Amino acid sequence: MMDNENIITQLSIFVNNEPGRLAAIAGVLKDCNINIKGFNLAESTEFGILRAIVDDPDAAFERIRSKGVIVKKTDIIGVAVEDSPGSLFGAADVLGKSGINIDYGYAYSGRNFESLFVRVDDPEKAVRVLKEAGIKLIKRSEI
Amino acid sequence: MYWNAEIECMATEDLKKLQYRSFKGLVNNLYDFNRFYHDRMKSKGIRPDDIMSLKDVSKLPFMYKDDLRENYPTKMFSVPNTEIVRFHASSGTSGKPTVVGYTQNDLAYWTEALARSLTSIGIGSDDIIQVSYGYGLFTGGLGLHYGAEKVGASVVPTSTGSTERQLELMQDLNVTAIACTPSYLMHMSHTANQMGIDFRRDTCLKKAVLGAEPWTESMRSKIEGSMGIKAYDIYGTSEQAGPMFSECEEKKGIHIGGDIMYVEILDPDTGEILENGETGEMVVTMLKKEALPIVRFRIRDITSLTDEECPCGRTSPRISKITGRSDDMLIIRGINVFPSQIEYTLMRIPQIGDQYMIEITREGALDDIKIQVEIKPEFFSDKVEDMVRLRAHIESELKKYLNVAAVVELKAPGELPRFQGKAKRVIDKRVI
Repeated sequence: MMDNENIITQLSIFVNNEPGRLAAIAGVLKDCNINIKGFNLAESTEFGILRAIVDDPDAAFERIRSKGVIVKKTDIIGVAVEDSPGSLFGAADVLGKSGINIDYGYAYSGRNFESLFVRVDDPEKAVRVLKEAGIKLIKRSEI
Repeated sequence: MYWNAEIECMATEDLKKLQYRSFKGLVNNLYDFNRFYHDRMKSKGIRPDDIMSLKDVSKLPFMYKDDLRENYPTKMFSVPNTEIVRFHASSGTSGKPTVVGYTQNDLAYWTEALARSLTSIGIGSDDIIQVSYGYGLFTGGLGLHYGAEKVGASVVPTSTGSTERQLELMQDLNVTAIACTPSYLMHMSHTANQMGIDFRRDTCLKKAVLGAEPWTESMRSKIEGSMGIKAYDIYGTSEQAGPMFSECEEKKGIHIGGDIMYVEILDPDTGEILENGETGEMVVTMLKKEALPIVRFRIRDITSLTDEECPCGRTSPRISKITGRSDDMLIIRGINVFPSQIEYTLMRIPQIGDQYMIEITREGALDDIKIQVEIKPEFFSDKVEDMVRLRAHIESELKKYLNVAAVVELKAPGELPRFQGKAKRVIDKRVI
């Protein structure tokens, strides 16, 4: 598979939903000298899943795993959204019409752009159809 | 077919007379020769002359598992070392094991009890029996071994482990019966599946003699249905000798050799002796034991007793299937739940690790049971939906085996406590 510069590696981390657990995980990230660019926290009653966009995710993954934390790499894509009505609709509509399911998504507001990170069931195809529809995608190097 | 028709089909009144005579002799002997029982009886103000009928047995003091621990290893023994021919030991629940000893006569009635049991299941000289209980300090392996030899069966002494090799031997030697724990048989069945072995097609196995851990009727029908065999329950602990008494082919309760063991059923809360048919805690007295006398032992097994004649023709007393120990048993919304059943269910779910915790709380009048498990890293998903689905799967498996709904919590590996020695996995927070 060609290395697709529009596919971004997200780290997903299992966190127990108890006081102090997020702090403990954040402490591990700090100890591993990992800079978090953007993140999202999804939770169920007893556990949460921390999804983080970090610098050099492959190295960060190894460092976090060596600390005994459950971590997993997930491919996501970043859709640039403008600060105007309807910009979310554009991307969601293209994906929906192409039969691509969005598992989850979260907003990111960086220095240079605003975007929506989404986890889809077929990221390669999502990149292709969004590009064809003229929607701007965030490159890995831009984060 | 009976092994010992005289005893097994003896009229109840005659059996009671026999039991009373044994009791009388036992109590006289203990009062004169056993320091532990002498002191116990004295402290309760009981003398052997106070025992004038079988009912008077209830005047005698109880003994407990702790007595065996406190008198570790052989302080409760009644005979000198020269008469002991074997020791067995149990792993022990609080760090210290308990040791049991046997004289030549002790081994003889143990083997006799097993010969009666195996015969009542229809296992005899035509059979080839694989003994997959552990051989060694555990009583199961050697006990069944000698019992099976006594009835003339051919014994394949495989002990536990090397399951694939056991399955090969089972096929090559045309094994017709197996004796092991129910969980080991389930494991064997699972391994056989993976190896493409079909018990019905590829083996001659017809019967299984299962014991040493609590198991349920639903496990029986599962084993019988999936393997095409008949499964019988066998009962006995190391304090009694080892596995001794079993169901007959009718599967209507476990036949107790009344000449060997006297059974009382107590209300565990009031200590009152219950009528036949009522469920309570079993108290046992071993009538023939020489090396390590056992009198009114609070064994903590929960059962009920009947002396009605069984359709098999035996008049020997029967106890109902033991589903667990009174000190482990949890009653959740009126349903008996044993931690061993929970463990068994969890161990068969590949996505979770070996550690678990059980917490019971009460909200109003309702009990809630919460089971915490650790997920294995390779089954972690970044989608909450997947994790919730895994949790629901574990909950539905538990519901299937326990008949009571449990809430499952998923934890990261290493989050749950690890135990040195005996694990304390049950936290009962109910204030009753």
